[in-house]
Amino acid sequence: MSIIVGKNTAVVVQGITGSAGGFHAKQCMEYGTQVVAGVTPGRGGESFEAKVPVFDTVKQAVEKTGCNASLIFVPPPGAADAILEAFDAGLELVVCITEGIPVIDMLKVRRRLETLNGKTRLIGPNCPGIITPTECKMGIMPGHIHKRGHIGVVSKSGTLTYEAVGQLTALGIGQSTCIGIGGDPVAGMDFVDVLEMFNADPDTHGVIMIGEIGGGAEERGAEYIKAHMKKPVAAFIAGTTAPEGKRMGHAGAIISGGKGTAAAKIDALLSAGCKVAPTPSDMASTLKSMLS
Amino acid sequence: MKIHEYQGKLIFAKYGVPIPKGYPAHTVLEAEAVAKRLIEETKSNVVVVKAQIHAGGRGKGGGVKVAKGGAAEAKELAQKILGMQLITHQTGPAGQKVRHLYIEQGLEMVKELYLGAVIDRDRRRIAFMASTEGGMEIEKVAEHTPEKILTVHIDPIVGFSAFQARELAFGLGLQQYSKETVGKFVKLMGALYEVMIKEDCSLVEINPLVVLKNGDVVALDAKVNMDDNAEFRHKAQWAEVFDKDEEDPVELEAKDVGLNYVSLDGNVGCLVNGAGLAMATMDIIKHAGEKYGVAPANFLDVGGGANQEQVTKAFSMILKSDKVKAIFVNIFGGIMKCDVIAMGVVAAAKNLGLKVPVVVRLEGTNVELGKKILRESGLAIIPADTMADGAAKIVAAVTGGSK
Repeated sequence: MSIIVGKNTAVVVQGITGSAGGFHAKQCMEYGTQVVAGVTPGRGGESFEAKVPVFDTVKQAVEKTGCNASLIFVPPPGAADAILEAFDAGLELVVCITEGIPVIDMLKVRRRLETLNGKTRLIGPNCPGIITPTECKMGIMPGHIHKRGHIGVVSKSGTLTYEAVGQLTALGIGQSTCIGIGGDPVAGMDFVDVLEMFNADPDTHGVIMIGEIGGGAEERGAEYIKAHMKKPVAAFIAGTTAPEGKRMGHAGAIISGGKGTAAAKIDALLSAGCKVAPTPSDMASTLKSMLS
Repeated sequence: MKIHEYQGKLIFAKYGVPIPKGYPAHTVLEAEAVAKRLIEETKSNVVVVKAQIHAGGRGKGGGVKVAKGGAAEAKELAQKILGMQLITHQTGPAGQKVRHLYIEQGLEMVKELYLGAVIDRDRRRIAFMASTEGGMEIEKVAEHTPEKILTVHIDPIVGFSAFQARELAFGLGLQQYSKETVGKFVKLMGALYEVMIKEDCSLVEINPLVVLKNGDVVALDAKVNMDDNAEFRHKAQWAEVFDKDEEDPVELEAKDVGLNYVSLDGNVGCLVNGAGLAMATMDIIKHAGEKYGVAPANFLDVGGGANQEQVTKAFSMILKSDKVKAIFVNIFGGIMKCDVIAMGVVAAAKNLGLKVPVVVRLEGTNVELGKKILRESGLAIIPADTMADGAAKIVAAVTGGSK
């Protein structure tokens, strides 16, 4: 087992005829992901790489192919609309890679998501996606660094996820599922949502959680861990040295009014019983020290 | 993106948020002329001369002065404020040079309030916050007397509802000023919500929002921040209000070529792909080097799909800084290929000459190819296997191996 994605995930790629969408759709297919459809409005009837049918709408893609998950590469001006379209088509999972969606748009998307009562999960935007090693890669992460196993990874940062996965694999420790939840201030799945699923997944034996400055998602994660988590969680928080008031790359990575500091997040995680890696080089070894 | 008070007030006026009469001025002569004009229009000798910088606390720092003696006094004040190095709790010790003024009519107020709208990340809603403690630093009010801040959250699908504004208005006790004050506040808050949504703001703050003798409510200040992600919807308009003098020139240069750059105080230049890894690289440098005075000089994320040209540009920007004593290139190639990074580094180093030690840690896609390019470049590049190894080598390089 694993969480959210696996062998039965049938993917439609929204924005498959764009350069990023096309490149990564191909990479996902090479990894073994079932990419069964593409959507680009106005390009219906074409075919991608001579095997994946392209449709004008997500609804058509669902009707014709039975896809149950969408991977979105639509550029920012149309990205929120693309997410709403995927919701409306009744997909179980929507993963949005797009970086740079206006927050006002994401407020509406998030509100709409809440009306779906858990029927659809949203991962991202501004994230690397999700991978269950050897089964399904829905995202832009390099597949070859992963190894099948029993550690869940959840992170706000793409490259830090790769760093953690690379360290785990180097130690011979495999991963159940790795999820990048993204670095935007308003997004889909939160640390708590993912931790709940890892907690319930018999195939996941421990978790690496990677946060960063800004917002309160790490603190909410810590509260959940303290109250419910039955498995060891090793954490790392990026941005101990970040100055206040400066946006550090990610739209959401900003300390404002003294809130969202790395120190506060580290304190919350430590008091929840997590071990916090002292440097980003120690993420996997910190988790290893907690595994029996 | 931040904008000036006078620019924020122009937006307010467009949406019907009441503001005092006022005009911007960029020279002392202009200041005198618009002060005269204001005095004629308002039939009052009282005008306020306000420094326009992108930082709060201007009044306390001496950047806001009241002239009661007409245009001549306003001119004198303009002379003092224009060009001054204004230091506030938000500018840092060096302060910010005042290049623009706003000359505004003086108003007799009976109460100063606070009203702000922000994106509440935890609730995923726009939150309106109001307080009777206007004119103070709202962070301090939140810390010491949080019960004095009233908050309502707006449902993005329903939009602004008058009852929520009334909740704040009665909570602030606005009914005591006049029969119409509550209604005026409700109208103002509705207009402010429109500003937030239509102009793609990440923050709109009025501190103080004042109640006048006649019961009117007026925005005496305007702090408006734009959501950078929404620039594509407001290109021409935002280009017009953007004030490059208020920005760090190196950060601007980086932005022009699509790089995320933030200047810091340390001595180690960093070139990294990905925002999280870039922050973590700063952290590990400080962790390894704090005792020896080694710290990051910048945050630089070249992004997931940078080309060789961008990498060359990024590397050149770091090389140009005098404070940089060593450079740490830390790449975990996913989409970003290690050979592209290597070629960019080699091209920049050959162009500008390597004056400081460079430690390079490459991992991920095409790592062997990248390492080979560096090895064969003939440049004195120090390879590192992990982030920790790289950080240790950086510390050794800066301290001359004396640690």
